[in-house]
Amino acid sequence: MLHLIGQAVDVGTGLQTIGKGLVIGLAAIGPGIGLGVLIGKSVEAMARQPEYANTVRTTMFIGIGLIEALALFGIAFSFII
Amino acid sequence: MTGLLAATFEPPSTKDFVFGCRFSLSIGSLDLCFNFIILLLTLTTLFVLAFFYFGLRKPKVVPGKWQLLTELGIGFVRENIATPMLGHEAAGFMPLLATFFFFILFANLFEVIPGFSLSPSSRLAFPFTLAMVSWFTYNGVGIKRHGFFGYLRNTCIIKAAPWWIRYPLLMPIEFISNIIVRPITLTVRLWANFLAGHFLLAIFFLGAWFFFQTGGIAYLPGIFSYGLGVVLVAFEIFVAALQAFIFAVLSASYIGQAMAEEH
Repeated sequence: MLHLIGQAVDVGTGLQTIGKGLVIGLAAIGPGIGLGVLIGKSVEAMARQPEYANTVRTTMFIGIGLIEALALFGIAFSFII
Repeated sequence: MTGLLAATFEPPSTKDFVFGCRFSLSIGSLDLCFNFIILLLTLTTLFVLAFFYFGLRKPKVVPGKWQLLTELGIGFVRENIATPMLGHEAAGFMPLLATFFFFILFANLFEVIPGFSLSPSSRLAFPFTLAMVSWFTYNGVGIKRHGFFGYLRNTCIIKAAPWWIRYPLLMPIEFISNIIVRPITLTVRLWANFLAGHFLLAIFFLGAWFFFQTGGIAYLPGIFSYGLGVVLVAFEIFVAALQAFIFAVLSASYIGQAMAEEH
């Protein structure tokens, strides 16, 4: 069965395309969960202590920057492979 | 649906980021090439210079329009980036951090200016150069404050951990994450954001153009695609400001950590 598919499509570039898609998709899972937890907790903190909202927001943006880099590595590597 | 489509759709690719030389200059074995990216960077530099020159040329007690704008920007950098991260030592790093913020902000905004539609940040060399400036600054400041081995001990060794986990496990991890990975993440964060942003804008506006060319029933997805593209332009302006802020605030945070006495 597989050799028929292999004859039908160019397996090398096909697998490469699948890999590129998988890299972006898988790299988005972890940072997605992380950003959800981070922003959710930050909103909770801002709602509980509105007078510290500015401090919390600055710290939240630093955290977003650190987490976001992981997802962006996925985009970068998808162009390399 | 394919029967309706007249033209063939060419998706944007990484080739869109490569430009030829407008003119080149050879000094010995060094080849200097003036291409579109360098043009954008020159314009960015001129804009930043003009922004500060016209803002602070004749400072008055009651500021005019330009001076007010410049002072607002500098005040934002001081209140939100430098002071929270560096405390009473913020004043010494204000020039560096304000330059980072405004230079990256103006460079990023070329992403949404019609006629340019490409940010110099979407080429790897520009963010990497800025990240290396940040890297040399925070390492230099740390070495100046603690001495070379004192700085390495300060960054790589966590005193709170027991010794058998501190030396074999935490020391290499801290060294790699603090010295090696930091400039790479600073670079990739800025670069990949604008690479992806350019792709997003290109795919929606190219899609709209393609659907309008096709005509007929394809006008409906064309209008949808165009509307989403307009929303994404607003999103890209937000991302441009956010990334400039994050780059400056992370540099300030690294400098602050390098100068800190103990973990």
